[in-house]
Amino acid sequence: MGRILYELTESIRIAMAQIRANKMRSTLTALGVVIGIVAVTLMGTAIRGIDIGFNNSLAMLGEDVLHVEKWPWITGEDWWKYVNRPVIKPEEATRLSRIIDATPNSELELAVYVHGRGGSVKAGNLSVSGVYIFGTTGEYGRVLTADFTDGRMFNDAENDSARQVCVLGYDVAQALFPGRSSIGNTVMVQGQPFTVIGSLTKQGSFLGLFSFDSQMIMPLSAFRKYFGVRSGNPEIQVKVRDKTRMAQASDELTGDMRRVRGQLPGEPDNFTINTSDAFKEKLDPIKRGIALAGLFVTGLSLFVGAIGIMNITFVSVRERTKEIGTRKALGARRRTILLQFLIEAVSICVVGGTIGLALTYGLCMAVKAAMPAFPLQFSVSLIVVSMVVSVATGVLSGFIPAMGASRLDPVVALRYE
Amino acid sequence: MTPAAPLEARQVRPVGPLVIAIEDVAKLYQMGEETIHALRGVSLNIHRNEYLAIMGPSGSGKSTLMNMLGCLDTPTSGRYEFNGQDVAGMADDELADIRNREIGFVFQTFNLLARSDALRNVELPLIYAGIAPHLRHERARQVLENVGLGNRIHHKPNELSGGQRQRVAIARALVNRPSIILADEPTGNLDSKTGIEILALFEDLYEQGNTLIVVTHEESVARNARRIIRLHDGLIASDGPVN
Repeated sequence: MGRILYELTESIRIAMAQIRANKMRSTLTALGVVIGIVAVTLMGTAIRGIDIGFNNSLAMLGEDVLHVEKWPWITGEDWWKYVNRPVIKPEEATRLSRIIDATPNSELELAVYVHGRGGSVKAGNLSVSGVYIFGTTGEYGRVLTADFTDGRMFNDAENDSARQVCVLGYDVAQALFPGRSSIGNTVMVQGQPFTVIGSLTKQGSFLGLFSFDSQMIMPLSAFRKYFGVRSGNPEIQVKVRDKTRMAQASDELTGDMRRVRGQLPGEPDNFTINTSDAFKEKLDPIKRGIALAGLFVTGLSLFVGAIGIMNITFVSVRERTKEIGTRKALGARRRTILLQFLIEAVSICVVGGTIGLALTYGLCMAVKAAMPAFPLQFSVSLIVVSMVVSVATGVLSGFIPAMGASRLDPVVALRYE
Repeated sequence: MTPAAPLEARQVRPVGPLVIAIEDVAKLYQMGEETIHALRGVSLNIHRNEYLAIMGPSGSGKSTLMNMLGCLDTPTSGRYEFNGQDVAGMADDELADIRNREIGFVFQTFNLLARSDALRNVELPLIYAGIAPHLRHERARQVLENVGLGNRIHHKPNELSGGQRQRVAIARALVNRPSIILADEPTGNLDSKTGIEILALFEDLYEQGNTLIVVTHEESVARNARRIIRLHDGLIASDGPVN
């Protein structure tokens, strides 16, 4: 027991002395590992960042909301299957609500009709385009995932009377009324004045594609009046009571919707129920693909670093062949010699890995300071993983040369000049 | 050349129990197409507290026999027992343990670790023997004092003279109290005055009860021993006391 401990400390001592004695060589070799670790860990932070951003985006969609739509969110070549489906109508939402209310122990809470399209919003001489403008009923307030910074949601009475009031998303409010409250002001949409009665908190964007802050909510009646009933994409959003029972809720909703539509048994659904989960299922493989490809490419740079370590360990073994012979003559076993060179390789890798990790941390901080939205996420698990990767790199790349050293014939090694 | 001590001044100590028993040992090497018979059937007994010289021209099998005695190599055929243990069939790591415990090596080129001081060089066999740090510091320091280097223990090899380096190497050979000390041309890299000092140290070690085997091609070095074995073409040509 004592012996292996003394051999280990002796090996670490030798490794440190060896690195000190060959500073230039060790530094250059470690540089390969530094670059490799920086590449891999940066990729790791990016993957984690994407993951977190993705989950945040899904949360914005509402994890407890089912969307009844004509089109699935993700379509492929099969668009022709959906194109002839009937458009979702407001009456269907009303009937769905009635069925939900009549169902004992329903998994569903309420159904709200939402009809939206892109457009521009003006106030004075300021204008914002690409705003997602949608009309809905007062109940939408219960489905909404964002909070109000100011004001309120319109109510059913305002909806029924097609009052020209609206709620603005964070970015729209900021752009049109910089530095002041938007409440009580008038904005122009489709040439019509709308009074702002509420504004929402900042939510961020969905996968960087669609900003939840660039939206405007108005009474459905007003929307249909000025945008017409045919344009845009109508849907029914259905809030679920328990978000852990999304599958059951979805089944119930399918049945309810088929009843509303009067579909016959055996007839395929002429609507789609979209959930953020389905989105996730579709996007997860893509995310994994990105992660794998990224790690593979960055892994290559680490592999190059590992080859550097292997090379330097071969050189080290060659240079010290006579020393190996001497050590063997004095009683060093195979494992002693193996350990000595393995620890030398691992030491360089760990030093390189530590420097690489520090660099990554610095880069992450710098990027975060410069571009807060960029998805990078440094974490403790990253430290652990990169240290494990460093050690593994050292062991794997040092093993072959170290094994060669341990198997040297002492007679041959002693004669080596 | 290094002269031997005057014969009448030298004592021949009574030998102890058998340490090395070699019987009909042969060693073959394959050099391409050719098979080289380095040893062709050597039989030899060495007892505790002998002072033995092995001589022979190059190609006589001298180095092969030395490697065999030092358990660095195993015979192709024949029997080799070290303190009653069969060495011929041992695995690498068993041989390493025998070398560590039973054999102290002294090399022509000293073979010290350049970046370690004298003390650490001497400690090395004790590390491989699994001796605790405080014990091995103490023992290494003691042995260095015994070879006259008590005031040089923290010097690196490049801060020592040739004779001092060989003394460090001898201290390293002694530190684990081995059964035999095996010296390969121990004066080969030293000037004659220093060579005489080293041989005098060997004489002291012999008188303290150590077993010494010196491999040399120099008659004057060999004549310091009490027994000389001469090899020729892989066979023992003569084996007898120095007179």
